[in-house]
Amino acid sequence: MAAPLTLLMIVAVTVRAVLFRSSLAELISERVEVVSPITAWKRVIEGLALLDLGVSPYSGDVFHETPLIIYLFHFLVDYAEITFMVNSVVFLQFRKQKFALEADRYPPDCLELIRTPLEMHYVPLKVAMFYLLNPFTILSCVAKSTCGLNNMVISLFILCTVKGNVLLSAIFLCLATYQSVYPLTLCAPAMLYLMQRQYIPVNLRRVSFWWFVVQYLFMYLGSLFVLVCLSFFLLGSWDYMPSVYGFILSVPDLTPNIGLFWYFFAEMFEHFRLFFLCVFQINVFFYTIPLSIKLKEHPVFLIFMQLAVISIFKSYPTVGDVALYMAFLPLWSHLHRFLRNIFLVSCVLLACSALFPVLWHLWIYAGSANSNFYYAITLLFNVAQILLVSDYFYAFLRREHHLTYGLYLKKKDGSEATLVLK
Amino acid sequence: MGLLSDPNRRQALIKLLTRLNAPICFVCYFAGVAWFMGLAFEPFTLRTYMSENAMGSTMVEERFPAGERALATGREFAAHKKKVGGMPVDWLVKTMQARGLEVFTQSFSRTLPFPDENTERYVVKGTNVYGILRAPRAPRTEALVLSAPCTPGDNNNQAVGLLLGLAHYFRNQVYWAKDIIFLVNEHDLIGMQAWLEGYHHTNVTGMDWSPLQGRGGSIQAALSLELSSDVVTSLDIVLEGLNGQLPNLDLANLFYAFCQKIGVLCTIQGKLQRNDWDSASGYNHAVQTMMLMVMKQASGRPWGDHGLFLRYHIEAATVKGVNSFRHYKTDATTIGRLLEGMYRKLNNLLERLHQSYFFYLLPSLSHFVSIGYYMPAFGLLAVILLLRALDLWVQLSAQPSRTEDGVAGTEQSNPGVLSVLTPLVISHLTGAALYMLPVRFQEVAVEHFPVSETEAVVLTAIAVYTAGLALPHNTHRLLSGEGTEMGWRVLKLVALLYLAVLLGCTAVINFSLGFILALTLVPAAAYVTPHVPKALSAFFLVALSPACTLLFSVFFFQELQEMPVSFQDGWLLYLSVIAQGMLDHYLYGSLVFPLVALLVYPCWLLFWNILFWK
Repeated sequence: MAAPLTLLMIVAVTVRAVLFRSSLAELISERVEVVSPITAWKRVIEGLALLDLGVSPYSGDVFHETPLIIYLFHFLVDYAEITFMVNSVVFLQFRKQKFALEADRYPPDCLELIRTPLEMHYVPLKVAMFYLLNPFTILSCVAKSTCGLNNMVISLFILCTVKGNVLLSAIFLCLATYQSVYPLTLCAPAMLYLMQRQYIPVNLRRVSFWWFVVQYLFMYLGSLFVLVCLSFFLLGSWDYMPSVYGFILSVPDLTPNIGLFWYFFAEMFEHFRLFFLCVFQINVFFYTIPLSIKLKEHPVFLIFMQLAVISIFKSYPTVGDVALYMAFLPLWSHLHRFLRNIFLVSCVLLACSALFPVLWHLWIYAGSANSNFYYAITLLFNVAQILLVSDYFYAFLRREHHLTYGLYLKKKDGSEATLVLK
Repeated sequence: MGLLSDPNRRQALIKLLTRLNAPICFVCYFAGVAWFMGLAFEPFTLRTYMSENAMGSTMVEERFPAGERALATGREFAAHKKKVGGMPVDWLVKTMQARGLEVFTQSFSRTLPFPDENTERYVVKGTNVYGILRAPRAPRTEALVLSAPCTPGDNNNQAVGLLLGLAHYFRNQVYWAKDIIFLVNEHDLIGMQAWLEGYHHTNVTGMDWSPLQGRGGSIQAALSLELSSDVVTSLDIVLEGLNGQLPNLDLANLFYAFCQKIGVLCTIQGKLQRNDWDSASGYNHAVQTMMLMVMKQASGRPWGDHGLFLRYHIEAATVKGVNSFRHYKTDATTIGRLLEGMYRKLNNLLERLHQSYFFYLLPSLSHFVSIGYYMPAFGLLAVILLLRALDLWVQLSAQPSRTEDGVAGTEQSNPGVLSVLTPLVISHLTGAALYMLPVRFQEVAVEHFPVSETEAVVLTAIAVYTAGLALPHNTHRLLSGEGTEMGWRVLKLVALLYLAVLLGCTAVINFSLGFILALTLVPAAAYVTPHVPKALSAFFLVALSPACTLLFSVFFFQELQEMPVSFQDGWLLYLSVIAQGMLDHYLYGSLVFPLVALLVYPCWLLFWNILFWK
């Protein structure tokens, strides 16, 4: 186990180091698919320069990262490259621990469906491979997108949650929320998982349930309060609030990216803006409730779903966000036999990834295509992502069904039955 | 979504697609070809129309009177050119200044990676001369360019003469709202490249040039003029630029509209417009015109000096005077009036030309095929790849369920990954060798073999290409285990998807190239398995490889131009086309050579590998 992991790490670091040194690095760090206005390294540099000059980094309209990031890089700026590599490596560390989940939880009536221990053994390696060798992650790392840091915080949160450490889980979740607001929705799966570990029933009439929720929320909100105040004292002003969170929620920067926002909001009449802003933003938060109710027994899958939903519907998505939830896919390798559209989806994702730069070139440089071409691909990319996620969701539910009713369903008259989703 | 969620209907659809896979693929292929051939049929095409408001409704009157004087200037230019033995820079500067332009020169030099035997160039040194007519009516933020190349020999003197004549006439008019830049460039495309790079402060090809001393506004449109006789019978417009880029269709419409108005015969691809679309010969004519455009576009090279403007988002075309044996002649005054009219309309533009199409094919100047009409032809070919991939996917996902046990599954999948990765890596390395070696090793080759540098480069390329064919046997020696039945299926699946994405991207950028590659590669990709007769299939596969595609294209192009060549000449032409393709890449940044060497050829090698799978 250790040897392949080390090998994998060496390969991953080598690939990144080579790309950092090559002329491609500059090109990659300019790509709109890889960096967003929030995570672009160029903007972080600008913020640092402003900070060094004694000006508030938020005084212009360039820098939108959180204060803690800027102070982090204030000390690390010379080692930025190394930092980004370390991020990836840290990310890997926690994955090691993940395989403990899910084992021996099901009645042994459907042996076929339960993963063998051997397979479980390979899961962390596969997860690490999916994350570290994913071209999306590599691109995002080489572009020095701060998205890598966000991913690290989120993955640390997942690690702490899976290990059952309530306090650390709350702290890391709070850090992630502080970074980009949207991980707020991960609160629900985290609580569900921790309650499951502590054998607290999810029952609205039980005191123990409410006691735990209050406890967790207290830790979460408390550390959020500390972070916000810390930022305030570091900068001495509340400038960062509108500049970071206002920027994320009200989407003033309409640079094209792989998300759904820019085209709509560029086309829209100004007085509808607020309404559609709410409609678009609510997408991220809205699915939490139905998903939490449906998946309350399976919080880890819920985390995966939430991450995917965030990366699809967030206001400035990049491929780094996509890579984060894609790293979870090997965890659900036992669902593969129930997936229906995986071929279609992977073809579409592949084609879209190749077409992004091509259509960008035609639009911006050659001038022969226009924004509609690019947005068409963006739409297709997001539809494929949604199909992927819903396919996994369906497969998960179907597996649940088979776990309770047996794998080979029979109709009442004895003929073979098929499941139909209507 | 019913289709996606209802398992019964899905099953039925998939069963249908896998059972009827081969017939559907055949139908798609022929439908694709038929669709493409149908594009030239006039009722299926759209009439061209002027989309740009600023150029449509405004009337302009052409008054250029001084054709004869322009020709006299051209003769003077010819005399000076002969005297100096190259570009008469001083004379040009003096003459342009006398016409009231701000005149500047730019010198440039470039050493070619290997000698160009067609134009006998190796170390190129030259000077561009350009004069700017400042716009009297508006802030000088925009500009138009009129250029004429200074070519060695007796060519193109009249074009320079007419350019100077127009400069003289334009100077005295007050209505110009855009700067007009009159450019005489030496060494045609190389000079143009140097000038454009200088104008836009970029250096993409590593050329040495002196910075420009004077600039106009941002260039909106450009015309390049080629005129080698005092009278012409017709004017030909050339649109195909670098990497198959085309200018906005409105520029062609503008040219066509003025030719109609002034009564000049106009051609495209050297073919006159015909009205008998319903006869077989009329249709044939349209097909020929369109095919010529497709072949030229697919080559990815600039077919006139205008070709390099397109990279900078400048709409540009080359206007060529053709003097044939027809008795209907047009004099220089008329051509001058035509250009005057075009420039006045361009002068009226309020924004860049963007209303009309950028993706089109022209079966004649009055009709065009837009992207929505021609893309299905490519789509029908590309869908074959996806169908085959789907078929393989179904086979692959059906297999493991027969031997269902987790342990064996993981054990088997590991060599699977390796057996796919090895051919992928090796064929890409071969592709990289094909891209790098020819130019790197020309000196070594010249030392050891009795060939010239150019021959050395071309022959090395062919040698590397052929050496790649020996690959499958060596790949297998590297692999520890035997290739499994599943192995080649996975490899083919990967290769099919790879090819589909590759061709799709190519077709979006350069439809013609994508279509021609699809036409030959798709049947090969769809057909090949390890279980077909080896020798015959190998021959079939080689005949459909990119290099042979190029060879056929050379003959076909000659045939279309009605200049058929013997096999011997064709082969020599083929060699020179390869050299040209590489030079286009190194000099102007054409992407066809790297595309073929680094991506298409390795992809084809994967299929070659599958054929020899053991």
